[in-house]
Amino acid sequence: MSQAILILGATSAIARATAAAFAKQGSALYLASRNADELLRIAIDLQLRYGVEVHYGAFDAEATETHEAFFQSVVKTLPDLNGVVLAFGYLGDQMAARDFKLGEKIIASNFTGAASILSHCANYFESLQSGFIIGISSVAGDRGRQSNYVYGAAKGALSLYLEGLRNRLFPSGVRVITIKPGFVDTAMTYGLPGLFLVASPQDIGARIVRTLGKSSDVVYLPWFWRYIMLIIRHVPEQIFKRLKL
Amino acid sequence: MPTLITPISGWGRYPVQPCELERPERYADLLPFAGGIIARGQGRSYGDASLNENGHVLLTERVNRLLKLDAARGILLAEAGVTLADILDVIVPKGWFLPVTPGTKFASLGGCVAADVHGKNHHHDGSFGNHVLGMEMILSNGKRMLCSPTEKPALFWATVGGMGLTGIIGEVVLKLIPIESDFMVVRHHAAADLEQLFQLLESTDLDDRYTVAWIDSLTTGKNLGRGIAMFGHHATKEEASSSPGKSRKIKHGLSIPFDFPAFALNPLSIGAFNALYYSREGKKREPFLSSYDPYFYPLDSIGHWNRMYGKRGFVQYQCAIPSATAFEGIKALLEKLSASKRPSFLAVLKRFGAQGKGLLSFPMAGYTLALDMPIRNQGLFDLLDELDAIVLKYGGRIYLAKDARLSAESFRAMYPQYSDWLKVKKVVDPKNIFSSNLSRRLKIAEEKTA
Repeated sequence: MSQAILILGATSAIARATAAAFAKQGSALYLASRNADELLRIAIDLQLRYGVEVHYGAFDAEATETHEAFFQSVVKTLPDLNGVVLAFGYLGDQMAARDFKLGEKIIASNFTGAASILSHCANYFESLQSGFIIGISSVAGDRGRQSNYVYGAAKGALSLYLEGLRNRLFPSGVRVITIKPGFVDTAMTYGLPGLFLVASPQDIGARIVRTLGKSSDVVYLPWFWRYIMLIIRHVPEQIFKRLKL
Repeated sequence: MPTLITPISGWGRYPVQPCELERPERYADLLPFAGGIIARGQGRSYGDASLNENGHVLLTERVNRLLKLDAARGILLAEAGVTLADILDVIVPKGWFLPVTPGTKFASLGGCVAADVHGKNHHHDGSFGNHVLGMEMILSNGKRMLCSPTEKPALFWATVGGMGLTGIIGEVVLKLIPIESDFMVVRHHAAADLEQLFQLLESTDLDDRYTVAWIDSLTTGKNLGRGIAMFGHHATKEEASSSPGKSRKIKHGLSIPFDFPAFALNPLSIGAFNALYYSREGKKREPFLSSYDPYFYPLDSIGHWNRMYGKRGFVQYQCAIPSATAFEGIKALLEKLSASKRPSFLAVLKRFGAQGKGLLSFPMAGYTLALDMPIRNQGLFDLLDELDAIVLKYGGRIYLAKDARLSAESFRAMYPQYSDWLKVKKVVDPKNIFSSNLSRRLKIAEEKTA
């Protein structure tokens, strides 16, 4: 199966690992991010290690007005494009809860930007009647909790959006997969207290690629987070609102 | 930059120090920290070279991209955080190999430059720094600077072997060597004592590109220095064609899951192992083919092998003795070691060729002996001080990449080019921002030891 995949937010650790896992399988790639220098390094490295075609270009999740032109240029460069991985995300700061200027950025990058680019991807694959979209959300989007609810809300909105998209695109044969990682060992979580069961980005990347071979829709990574969040989601609100999670 | 405060150690797991770790994911984030910092690749040095107690340590492991490979001329440009293992995965299938490799492929490229590592081919090919065509460093002022043997050579040769104390190594250009196959042609010759072993190693008939000798460190008396000399070279296409199948890569299935109890490695168990090893390996006189992976990296197949030494960890004592006094010096060291009844699980002897240009580089023309010793009690450190005295007496020195306990005075006596090195350090890092437990212990960056 020859694949050509667009990776949005390609410089994050999870995106790098996912790109590597796809490259290992022989997929051609288009890497997109705001950081040109890093993109170049990652692209050359993947080419050297795996011998696959790797293109790259600038992409800013928050600059939604640029998304249409961006997507068109991707398709022009990779006419065989058959999949997109949405891997950008921004955790932000605790202070975002109190300072909306910070909060706005979290919502814009994690949700609004995602909704924008996804609309272009969705329209394209729908017209092709094939392809896949993998959206990397987060377990944080499963329930609002006091320690990071702005990020959680944005990711929760993303999960809901992907759910709707899955429904819309089903008749066209386009797959939409929602990935919900738990704690992953990246710059986003480095040094944070209270982490447990932390997965490596390489592990997550390999598992993301494997989801294509299964029929899953919403995937918790690693698997045990599904059950952790099942419990978390079912704690009655009367109790949950008193907790300090 | 988010940081993680946690205790870390070198490969010997002694000493262990709490450090504040930074782990950048981007090349542009490889930056010094004004409060003091030392870079750390994979932490494969044995002692405290990459530790900075209560200070910052810059983990380069995620800045590990391969940036350019000239497959026609064998030139590689890569970020310093990449491991030799990742490099080999890409270059070997294209017919290239590392010009010099230490005993583990899990060391980082930057670490190999900073320690100016050597392999089994020093007497022919010199050390790692000899094959570095250039590098980009990030200095204490945060600025990037290129250096090479021809451009800013003073900085270059202060950094090769400089233990990370002149700046952060960002990118390295390495000249590779061509190979025709993944295999090695190997011959073993047993020696009943040290004199025979030296004769084998010095024999021009037997000499090969790669030579190393394993010594049974527990034998005494007339068997002192009993061992096996091993000679090898990269198999030509013709030599490799007699192989049974494709090159075997080590399967990393075996891993030591927990610290062995202290009694696991002791004179009885090690003595028994040594006797078996001598008997089995000594018989392999006819040339045989070996895949490159187990040949160069025999211990890498055992994950966390350092745990076999137990929770207290171990010390690797590696010294170099100049040619003129090498035999007497090594003999004296082995005699002292055997008299102490302290087991050394591994004793390895290699030849060294001419000294390189790294101002603090370890190799010197002669021989190098490396010993692993588990830490049981303070007695070990007293013994090592006595070994230092012998090394100094014979004009030799200790390898900083393995060291965890050398004294500042001994260091000064062993590294006569230190004052030249210090001149460069004062120019590129006047505030001594790049500092580690090793540099403070050895009072590197200080004028006097008093």
